[in-house]
Formats: sequence, structure tokens, C-alpha cells
Amino acid sequence: MSALSHAASDSATMLRRNLRHALRYPSLTLSVAGLPIIFLLLFVYVFGGALGTGIGGSRAQYLDYLVPGIILMTVASGSLMTAVAVSVDVTEGIIDRFRTMAISRASLLTGHVIGSLITTMFSTALVIGFALALGFRPDAGPVEWIATIGVLLMVTFALTWLAVALGVFAKSPESASNLPLPLQLLPMIGSGFVPTGSMPAGLRWFAEYQPFTPVIETLRGLLMGTPIGHSAVTSAAWCAGIALVGYVWAKTRFNRNRAR
Amino acid sequence: MPAAIKATGLRKSYGDKLVLDGIDLYVPQGTVFALLGPNGAGKTTTVQILSTLIDADAGQVEIAGHDLAEDPDGVRSAIGVTGQFSALDDKLTGRENLILMADLHHLGKIEGRRRADALLERFDLRDAAGKLAATYSGGMRRRLDLAMTLVGDPRVIFLDEPTTGLDPRSRRTMWKIIGDLVAGGVTVLLTTQYLDEADRLADQIAVLDHGRLVAQGSAQELKRRVPGGHIRLRFADATELHRAAHLLTDAVLDKENLTLRVPSDGSLPALRALLDRLDATAVQPEELQVHTPDLDDVFFALTGRPDTAKEALR
Ligand SMILES: Nc1ncnc2c1ncn2[C@@H]1O[C@H](COP(=O)(O)OP(=O)(O)OP(=O)(O)O)[C@@H](O)[C@H]1O
Ligand SMILES: [Mg+2]
Repeated sequence: MSALSHAASDSATMLRRNLRHALRYPSLTLSVAGLPIIFLLLFVYVFGGALGTGIGGSRAQYLDYLVPGIILMTVASGSLMTAVAVSVDVTEGIIDRFRTMAISRASLLTGHVIGSLITTMFSTALVIGFALALGFRPDAGPVEWIATIGVLLMVTFALTWLAVALGVFAKSPESASNLPLPLQLLPMIGSGFVPTGSMPAGLRWFAEYQPFTPVIETLRGLLMGTPIGHSAVTSAAWCAGIALVGYVWAKTRFNRNRAR
Repeated sequence: MPAAIKATGLRKSYGDKLVLDGIDLYVPQGTVFALLGPNGAGKTTTVQILSTLIDADAGQVEIAGHDLAEDPDGVRSAIGVTGQFSALDDKLTGRENLILMADLHHLGKIEGRRRADALLERFDLRDAAGKLAATYSGGMRRRLDLAMTLVGDPRVIFLDEPTTGLDPRSRRTMWKIIGDLVAGGVTVLLTTQYLDEADRLADQIAVLDHGRLVAQGSAQELKRRVPGGHIRLRFADATELHRAAHLLTDAVLDKENLTLRVPSDGSLPALRALLDRLDATAVQPEELQVHTPDLDDVFFALTGRPDTAKEALR
């Protein structure tokens, strides 16, 4: 086998390992959907009436407005799981075994990234299903749905590489579970929960320029038919940048000699 | 015999702490080499360097014909490593752990499973094959760890303290496994704090202390470097002790423990002669022990201090 097919087969082996972990501890995978669902319920039923009036509509319209932000929150929760799983791997003994074997070095990380893409997409589907059950009524056609999935894969891929880097960087799984917390809350300080126009100047500036806002706007455009403008391009640029930073950071840290 | 492991001038420091201070090792193919030393001697550091986990600051290493610096992947494909701390996937079963290794060695599905099952059988883990590694006892973890190391059929095996923390029975099992490996032509470098273990398993022993090799040789050769053995006599009271001491002028007196150390090779005629002399003066020792020189004495003679590691751990 060539070096490339070895790398592919090693990555597939690592992916199988991660999926096995995920299946063995399904509650961990499900808990990724937990926080977004709680936020969904809280915001729709507790604040939804008032916030719906705020956007010039009803509780039902607020639900439609909220879902894209909640979806991103799910993706961010998924990245938290990834950071923890990577950190467990690099701080526990098995990494030393992998390092003394003639296997492709990147395969461990690649396996994590692909595994997270799969589990996070699963959690996202769960959250969208839940939202539909609550009365979320997107007016997207098949093309828009496919585009939505594409955007979600793109964001998940970017955040996952960042999470992998955080996991490699963290001193322990505990600290790895804290590092991505800002990511989870970032959709709130954007256009995810309320329009940025309602925020005070400084915050509003941040909310409009932070990476999640164009992604939320793109998703909202695809799902609800609001104008997308150049949000799609901005999202793609952000995702490419984040993925690249995460990738380079993770690789350099991972390939460095064990600094224990 | 060609060398399986050849290292010259290994040096390593962490910050300004010198951990390895010029280590030379030569391990012929198909032999067992024991690196013996107390806590902090640098055993693990040596194994980590030889197994490509960390870089040495200086020195050259060749393993199974591969240069460590130029061809680390060549080295990796020839070696198997069982580190000091277990390197299992706790969230997989014993069998899944072995199959994971088989997949990473690209053995193919059928051959991988066959080898996993054979190893489970050989390491007495068949009943626990389907249980999560997290639920294994210390001895089972150690065995699974070694089984995982063997999946790829390595020609050179590193074992960092393979029996630390095992009960006497598991230790014996481990010794037997290591013996079988060597019979199959594999080269083993192991580290240990147990002198009897090195004595029992190793063709060559190197004594490591504060990052330097203070002695090297077979167990026999090392033992020859220390003064001979002795017979220890313990007496009921001080009067008896002094009477005996008067008679046996070359003995070393230990008033506190009421014992005499009489230099002797511990052979039967020497023992009989000593007892006859005691009988003649009607001095009756309460207890008698024959002490032939062991590696404890070697360690003491070489480092000028008792083997503290062993005392702390046993
Ligand atoms: N990553 C590190 N950073 C700093 N010092 C280290 C590091 N690794 C090892 N040391 C130091 O190097 C010395 C040798 O350590 P090593 O682990 O090789 O000893 P050892 O002989 O394996 O001991 P033990 O019997 O306790 O396993 C120790 O003093 C240890 O504190
Ligand atoms: Mg050690």
C-alpha cells in the first residue's frame, strides 16, 4: 500500500474507534443537543412572546427567527465534545502507543474530525427535528435544504478543527471542556437571538462582525427566505480562516514532542 | 550476533536537570537486556528515547538496523513498546483494543481477528475479551497492554517495568511470557527495580543510577564484583553473642540485633565446620541464615547505598 492509502486506512480505523465510543456512550452524544434544546424551549416559551413582539410578530414567528442561532449553538456544543475527546486521547496513555507505531500521525486527528462531523450533524438533525415538532415552519425547498446542509458541514468542519486544536492544547480534559464555552454562547451575541439593531452601539458592532452572524444570516436566508446578501461569502471566508488556523495549530502542537 | 539495539552517548536533560549522562547500550539479537535502577534513575527516559517518543539531546541509536534519527518510521515498524503506564483504550473492550492494533498494522480483517483471539487465549483474557478495558484489574491491564504490543509481531520489544504492581502469581506469568518471547527469537529490553527479576530474566544487566551506567554484565559477572557471602547467626542474649564472637574472630558483630556475620561461601562443608566449632564450645545460635551474594549486594557495592527503590516498594 502507498503512504497515502495507509493514511486513509489509518484514519478510517481511528474514525471507527471514535464512532464506537460515540455509540457506546450515546448519552454523551445526545447531551450535545441538550443545551440548545433547553435554550430553544426557554426562549420560545418564556421570552418568545415578548421577543416576538420585538421583531414585529408573534411567538411562532420568533421560533422561526430563533432556530438558525440554536442550530449554531448545537454545532458549537459538538465542538466541545470534540475538544474533550481529543484531550482525553492526548493526555492518556494510548497516545504514547500510537506514537511508537508506524502509523500516519495525522490519522488520529483526522479520525476525530470526521467522527465529529458525523455526530454533530446527527445532533443538529435532532435539534431541527425538535424545532419542527414545536412548530418551526421553514419555507425552504430541496435546493435550500441541501444548501443548508452544505453550510452546516462547512461550519462544523471549521469549528471542529478549532476544537481539535483546543483539545491538543488543553492541559487536561477538564480544561478542554471549558475552552470552547465562549463558542457556545457566541450565537447569543450575534443575530442569533435578537436582531443586532436592538443592541447598544459597541456590542452591535461586535455582533455584526463576529463570525457567527453571517452564518446565521445565511441559514436564516436559506430556511426562511430572508435576504442573504454577501453573508454567504463572508461565512465561507470565516470558515476557511477558522479551519485553517485550527488545522495548523492542531498539527504543529500535535507533532511536537510530548512535553509532559 | 548482530545488534538489535545499539546506542552510544545518549544524553538528555530537562531544563538544567541532567537525566541521562552518556549512555551506551549494546543488545545482541534474541537476548534479554535489563536496565536496572531505582526511581528517577532514567529508565523510562531511556526507553522513551529508544522507542522514538522523545528526542535525545545527543547520541546515536540504531534499532534493528534502522537509524533512529534518520528513519524513525523504520524503527517504529520493528519495535513494540509497553510503557510504564498502561496504554489502552478504556472505552473499548479487550478484544476491540487488540483489533484496533491489528487494523493499525494493516493485517486485514480475518488475520487481525485471528491474531486478536490467539492473543486473548495466550494471555488468559478470553473470559474478559468482551468487557471494557476500564473494568480490568491491574494485572489484566498489564497483560492486555503487552498483548497489544505483540499484535504487530515486533522483533524488538521494550518493556518499562512490566511487573511493577503485579502480585507474585501475575509476575510469574509475565516472566513466563517474556521467556517464551525470547525463545521465539525476539529481543527484549526491559527495565525493572527488582533485582531478582533482572537476575531471573536477563542475559545482560546494566545498572543505571542518576543517568549513568555504573555497571554492566551478566548476573553472574555482577555478583562476582562484590565481596563473598556470609552466614548470619542470631543469639538468644548478649552473653551467648560475645562468647561466639570470641571464638569466631573474623565475624562482624551486630550487638543491637544480637547477630554475627561470618564471612563464608555458604557451602555445606563450610557450614558444617562452623557448626562443629560452635558445638565444641557449647554456644547455641538461635537462628542461622546463609546469605549468598545477590544483586542487592551488587547495588550496594556499586552505588554505595542500599537499593532504596526496592525498600520503598516492597
Ligand atoms: N518531562 C520531564 N520533565 C522534567 N523532568 C523529567 C521529565 N521526565 C523525567 N524527568 C526527570 O528525569 C529523571 C528520570 O526520570 P525517569 O522517568 O526516566 O526515571 P525512572 O528511572 O523511569 O524512574 P521510575 O522508577 O520512577 O519510573 C527524574 O528525575 C525525573 O524527574
Ligand atoms: Mg520509569
